[in-house]
Amino acid sequence: MKRVYVNEEWCLGCHLCEYYCAFAQTNQVSMARALKGRKIHPHIRVEESGAVHFAVSCRHCEIPLCVKGCITGALSIDDGIIKVDESRCIGCFTCILSCPYGAISPSPDGHAARKCELCQATAAGVPLCAANCPNQAIVYEDRG
Amino acid sequence: MEYAIIGNSAAAIGCVEGIRKIDKAGEIAIVSSEPHHTYARPLISYLLQGKTTEEKMKYRLEGFYEENGCSLLAPRTAVSIDTAAKSVTLDGGEELRYNKLLVATGSTPFTPKMQGLENVSEDDKHFFMSLDDARKLASRISKESKVLIIGAGLIGLKCAEGIAGRVKSINVVDLAPRILSSILDAEGASLIQERLEFNNIRFHLATSVQSFESSNNKSAYGATLANGEELGFDQLVLAVGVTPSVELAKNAGIEASRGIMINSKMQTSAPDVYAAGDNTMSFDVSSGQSKVLALLPNAYIQGECAGVNMAGGDASFENAIPMNAIGFFGQHVLTAGTYEGEVFVSSSKDCWKKLFVSGDVLKGFMIIGDPSRAGIYTNLVRERTSLSSIDFDLLREQPVLAAFAKPWRSANLGGAH
Amino acid sequence: MGAFDVLPDYEISRNLDRCIVCRVCERQCANQAHEYVPEEDAMASDESKCVNCHRCVSLCPTRALKIVRSSNTYKLNDNWTDKIIKEISIQASTGSVLLSSMGNPEDYPIYFDKITINASQVTNPPIDPLREPMETRVFLGPKPDSVERDSNGKIIPNLPPQVKLSMPMMFSAMSYGSISYNAHESLARAASELGICYNTGEGGLHEDFYKFGPNTIVQVASGRFGVHKQYLNQGAAVEIKMGQGAKPGIGGHLPGKKIVADVSRTRMTPEGSDAISPAPHHDIYSIEDLRQLVFSLKEATDYKKPIIVKIAAVHNVAAIASGIARSGADIIAIDGFRGGTGAAPTRIRDSVGIPIELALAAVDSKLRLEGIRGKVSIIAGGGIRSSTDIVKAIALGADAVYLGTSALLALGCHLCRSCQAGKCNWGIATQEPELVRRLNPSIGAKRLVNLMTAWQHEIEEIMGGMGINSIEALKGNRLMLRGVGLNEKELSVLGIKHAGEGQD
Repeated sequence: MKRVYVNEEWCLGCHLCEYYCAFAQTNQVSMARALKGRKIHPHIRVEESGAVHFAVSCRHCEIPLCVKGCITGALSIDDGIIKVDESRCIGCFTCILSCPYGAISPSPDGHAARKCELCQATAAGVPLCAANCPNQAIVYEDRG
Repeated sequence: MEYAIIGNSAAAIGCVEGIRKIDKAGEIAIVSSEPHHTYARPLISYLLQGKTTEEKMKYRLEGFYEENGCSLLAPRTAVSIDTAAKSVTLDGGEELRYNKLLVATGSTPFTPKMQGLENVSEDDKHFFMSLDDARKLASRISKESKVLIIGAGLIGLKCAEGIAGRVKSINVVDLAPRILSSILDAEGASLIQERLEFNNIRFHLATSVQSFESSNNKSAYGATLANGEELGFDQLVLAVGVTPSVELAKNAGIEASRGIMINSKMQTSAPDVYAAGDNTMSFDVSSGQSKVLALLPNAYIQGECAGVNMAGGDASFENAIPMNAIGFFGQHVLTAGTYEGEVFVSSSKDCWKKLFVSGDVLKGFMIIGDPSRAGIYTNLVRERTSLSSIDFDLLREQPVLAAFAKPWRSANLGGAH
Repeated sequence: MGAFDVLPDYEISRNLDRCIVCRVCERQCANQAHEYVPEEDAMASDESKCVNCHRCVSLCPTRALKIVRSSNTYKLNDNWTDKIIKEISIQASTGSVLLSSMGNPEDYPIYFDKITINASQVTNPPIDPLREPMETRVFLGPKPDSVERDSNGKIIPNLPPQVKLSMPMMFSAMSYGSISYNAHESLARAASELGICYNTGEGGLHEDFYKFGPNTIVQVASGRFGVHKQYLNQGAAVEIKMGQGAKPGIGGHLPGKKIVADVSRTRMTPEGSDAISPAPHHDIYSIEDLRQLVFSLKEATDYKKPIIVKIAAVHNVAAIASGIARSGADIIAIDGFRGGTGAAPTRIRDSVGIPIELALAAVDSKLRLEGIRGKVSIIAGGGIRSSTDIVKAIALGADAVYLGTSALLALGCHLCRSCQAGKCNWGIATQEPELVRRLNPSIGAKRLVNLMTAWQHEIEEIMGGMGINSIEALKGNRLMLRGVGLNEKELSVLGIKHAGEGQD
């Protein structure tokens, strides 16, 4: 299945992935209109530590501890993609406690968990983080 | 019947999903003593709070049993197991034959011996373990209710939060000197206690009820505490603890101590009988001890592992750890592992954190507040990652993957291509 | 701004309706022209630091940025132009030689743009390259005057060593040091994939790139940096660099700060010390001396590698080329005055040397006249911008061309001409690791392959139109060219007719 892979060798730490992620969530046409004056809550995060920087988002693990541990059943695997049904999530954050990558975050209001769903339900249809990474440090591809 | 499962919660559902990974067709019978579609047990407090509904708290969507070829026998109780004949006798005498059996009977609330408990009528006396418990409690409380909760553990306090906005007063009594004693130390517990007290929940700690009396002058009942205090109440919640439900298995000759003994493949001492969930003994890799880990994630993983093996696959689960994510009035508590070794404390406006390190391994941690990326710590505990192989000084400050060696990130996040 | 500071040439224009304060401009500008102002949660800019490299413009996700030419101007004067006044002001402040990068940007005639190409009509059919074979392969090196046969009539193979190219293009010499590791890897991978060559320049060859040897021209220049036996034998050919179009008569100077560990090891020079290539080769003061070096290199490579001699296009280029052809060199590379550089004195770059079109035509004519054109191949470089320039260069007599600037443009260069600062925001002309990583060689190589493949298609298309089906048949075929708006002298040096004149 196609997944988002990151290669820190080429990460510039430009943070564009975060903005494209936030933009994708809005389903709008213009990024300027969608994000102007708003705090963003991306599902992909650039980690920076000295000269090291790289992006992290959900790995869509084959053995997803978040899904197994979800106490409500709000997390599920749909065709390999791990999704959150926000209406069933009560924000206990067992998933955050389970995820080895730190790729699940609380929603801005703190009441549910949110994560990368590979932009499948967005207007873009493909992960915008990868599509707009200027240096192919983030790619969306099938590595089996 | 190909497969029989006694129980209908996380372990049972995990088992169904595990079986279906391997065997798409074999018939599955689920025996449940509760007359409900599988539901998320920990959500009963959210139900009382109005944060979820009975519909939304279904652990799996409507149609789960049909889609997975399961017949749900509910409400039915398994009375005995004949491991030689490979059959389960149900209430009413019916025999349920199986090729593979999962015992996922969970646990039962423990009723403490307390003087005068019989003075509180059954209608006003509650456990807080099941949907029916929650329904009954909901039907008995009002804006005028004075509720007494015995036990300041996870169940008692979630119950307190669930009804906090719906009753006049809540008093919580616990023998331990602090709340949440199973998952927090005194310092952490006091932070949560403050938050609960801010929401009008009163605590009476390091004491116990000496006797219950019928009719106090203003309330339906009275309780006299060991410290001499007298509390009036009209609803009583017993949340002292739970006992693994092992009688059914023990009576069938299956080896059990406090919980049913299982190996890493979830097999019991009886052939073709598996067990999973709160009724089993798990090996906690963080402490190196066998114990009952009554945790939903643990139950599911065990159940799924059992299911795969029952269907002829090969699965094992060997790195169980205690872990809890729970919230009280918007304050998150995330804990995992065992609290032993050197302690690293950090405290900021958003987050209070304690890490426990022993022998180059992160043994456990407690976090109150910002839950961000706590799973990175959990993974260190679970995998017993050597701390000298990572930048622990950085990791102590915050859970980041930058603390790991580059090859780890290459392998796990993508790497050269 | 101080009283004697020079006015910035460009201004940063930010559309505040679009700016979402993502700070990508700030993070991407190594010159720190952008700044985040926390109190206002807004971006600010300092145009005096802007080199107009367009990194921020290209990465701004909302297209909120524009770099515009400053309308700030001195009192208009066609003699004492803004440019002249600023240069004087800078030199009055610094007391230094003016430094520039990339090719001569001044307004000299571009002869390629005054030459048109022929096409077949009625009396000779054009060729459709999609239907019929079209040969773009070339072999560089001396060709024997005659075919020799043994007593059985079999051809005796007497062809000297050649450089085989799938198309008549090569990437010109750019040293590791002047450009980054990733830029080098991009060029090397693209050359290898395309079946052409790139050129090490005078910086040695990083061991990682030995595997691209068959597609590498290894250079020997006046500093002899990075030259050793294995290096010489690693490449497809050895190039002696006598001069460079951007700075004829001038040596090279790579500042010590660019001599980082890897560069130092590859160049075999001390880390942190300036690497100075002398203006002359101190062992070459005549064609005879050059001949000694040519044969020394042939000796060192067991007579298996063609030797290229590269010179800048200067006034006496034809006579010099004639001498080189007689020195034993196999290939002559001529670098026109538009050729790029990582750093050159501005006055030299902009005023020394001659256009490649004229130099190439003069050399080809001279060698033909002397009957020695077959002894050498000619590579033309310094100012080739498109596939039509290539076709014209070949028709003027080149066997192949060197492409430098266009290759860098494919890699992301925006011709800001600030290479000498070492802070290339595109990761090309820099050794700072944080900047170098901005050029992912997988992207770079792909873009180079795309560009070369596109140009190859266009060359095939143009040749087909002329009714020509191989580069060999186009080479020196000046009848395929006509001048437009050129005077008699220009036409005669170029050896072409004016538009409107027929074949006879």
